Amino acid sequence: MFLAKWWERLTRGFFKYDDTSASPDRYIALRRNIVILMMVVTIVPLTFMAAINHHLYQASLKNEILNPVEVLVSKTKHSFELFLEERLSTLRFIASTYSFAELSDAKTIARIFRTLKTEFGGFIDLGLFDSNGIQVSYSGPYAHFLGKDYSKQGWFEESRVRGTYISEVFMGYRELPHIAIAVQHMPEEGPNWILRATIDTDKFDMLIASMGLDSESDAFLVNRDGIFQTHSKFYGKILDRCPFPIPRGISLTVVEEAVDHRGNEIILAYAQLSKPDYTLVLVKPRSVVLKTWFTLKSEMFFIYITSVVVIILVVLKLSGVLVKSIREADEKRESAFRELEHGQKLSSIGRLAAGVAHEINNPLAIINEKAGLIKDMVEHVKDCNTARDKFLELTNSIVQTVQRCRTITHRLLGFAKRLDVKFEELSLNDIITEVLGFLEKEALYRKVKIQLNLAPALPKISSDRGQLQQVFLNILNNAFAAVDSGGQVTITTREENSETLAVSIQDNGCGMSEETLKHIFEPFFTTKKEYGTGLGLPITYGIVKKLGGDFKVQSKEGQGTNFTVFLSRHPKT
Amino acid sequence: MKGWKVLLIDDEEDFVMTLAERLQLRGLCTMAATDGESGLKLLPNESFDAVILDVMMPRLGGLEVLERIKAFNPQIPVIILTGRGRSEDGPRGMQLGAFDYLIKPFDIDELTQKINDAITRKVTEVSP
Repeated sequence: MFLAKWWERLTRGFFKYDDTSASPDRYIALRRNIVILMMVVTIVPLTFMAAINHHLYQASLKNEILNPVEVLVSKTKHSFELFLEERLSTLRFIASTYSFAELSDAKTIARIFRTLKTEFGGFIDLGLFDSNGIQVSYSGPYAHFLGKDYSKQGWFEESRVRGTYISEVFMGYRELPHIAIAVQHMPEEGPNWILRATIDTDKFDMLIASMGLDSESDAFLVNRDGIFQTHSKFYGKILDRCPFPIPRGISLTVVEEAVDHRGNEIILAYAQLSKPDYTLVLVKPRSVVLKTWFTLKSEMFFIYITSVVVIILVVLKLSGVLVKSIREADEKRESAFRELEHGQKLSSIGRLAAGVAHEINNPLAIINEKAGLIKDMVEHVKDCNTARDKFLELTNSIVQTVQRCRTITHRLLGFAKRLDVKFEELSLNDIITEVLGFLEKEALYRKVKIQLNLAPALPKISSDRGQLQQVFLNILNNAFAAVDSGGQVTITTREENSETLAVSIQDNGCGMSEETLKHIFEPFFTTKKEYGTGLGLPITYGIVKKLGGDFKVQSKEGQGTNFTVFLSRHPKT
Repeated sequence: MKGWKVLLIDDEEDFVMTLAERLQLRGLCTMAATDGESGLKLLPNESFDAVILDVMMPRLGGLEVLERIKAFNPQIPVIILTGRGRSEDGPRGMQLGAFDYLIKPFDIDELTQKINDAITRKVTEVSP
């Protein structure tokens, strides 16, 4: 609730606005633009920076985390290879040290077997086979196999062909997993013979245990068919099939991201032993391996999101304050302009005062004389009845003259009165005629000819009457000031295009130089010295622009000036 | 005052006719003209003791008419009427030879007093 209120307060004027304020759309658009711009210049670089950091950290941390895994698998693989090679070397050494005859002796082979168990451990039995595959001597738990023929068995054939043999893991008679290793000895004289030992795979488990894996990780050996050669913590027992495929044929240690048969994301590290054809596999859950990375990533994401939220809040707040300040400044400027406008309007009225005073004083003088005549008649004529008609004529004349005064004062008040801008459908021709009402006496007395070329079917315009009056009065005042007695002012209205009307006010007065023309819209620039305020045309220009119009001024020194005002029929303001 | 002949020139016909009637009630002999040209035309035909002249008139302005009256007969006293309060028309008229000026609307007694002063002074100046 609090957050909703706070958000509403923060974004006020962005999505919604106060209908009573002047042209709020402008400020909404301004704020939206500021917000978008500020967000783009802050969030986009931040996002780029975060993305680059993410990429670099990911690459660096992954290497840092995965390298030890690779090293561990490589080392363990070497340990396995070393273990098996060591056993084979021992058998080779025994075969080269002892003769077939010596090893055929049960006591000798038993002594050697005891020594092997004591020194190396893991040996289950030791047997000697002649070139025909007959077990000649044996030391171990299965003495009853002595004299049995092994010539048809695979291990015997492979030993004879390759010279050495390492079996896959198999369950022996004791139902315990073990492997068999064998070496063939080829004496300089006499037939070849084979020495074979069986080794307990407990040693394999010990090597895997020495990897020091955590409780969520697993390591095991598989043969070329994917059959477990050691127990797996999570994926099956020894001699079971590994439930997911293990890539083969790569001599180097490989670490890669994979998915196990249950859909868990895992880090899979594997290396193929050189002999036998085993693959050492290390499986770690991805979440465990990359825990550090995930933690860092979460922290980076949190910092990024926090920064973005802070930026958004600051941008919204700042834009709000900024737009509010701009709006207040605009309102103050608008208010000052209106004051100036009103002042200038009063100045225009002052300019007209002499003419208006004359206009009012003349009818007042008539009233004065008519009333005076009534009084004279009352004083001088004895029989009032005979003067009744004369009285009626005089009083009627007084009423008519008062009406004339009222027209003048109303026109003046209608112009001077300060009104808020009110757009209405107006006839430009009517406005021109109204404004000329102020100046017609001056034109008459100064013998200034007013030529009116008003377009008869001029469409109406949506505008403010008072402001248009002020615009045309200012321009006409300038035209009257420019012409001498007997000069001419021509007013033309026309339809410029379907959306624009034009009013042209042309005088044949003194005109302006090019230099003067450059400055006429600058405030306080005047050529009338003490008679001018220098605000007439700047304010006129401001009003025309505010009403969605435009100006065109052409002047030639000594020939006259043409002011053309273009007004939009449907201004956007 | 009775019998003095006064010429009134003002473009406001209603005003000039009423004023003429009132001055007649006060014993003056008046003639009225509603523009400068027709007023000037009356001058050679009549011997006016004074002229009451409005300044603001179309076509031929009051000050121009004053100059022509003075050119025709500098002795005729001219009283100027102006509708523009605080304007410089009155003093300017006096510089051009007007006897005095009044601002509209004015009191009839004030006007008759000025007419009286103007004609009396003219008489004094002419026959010392």
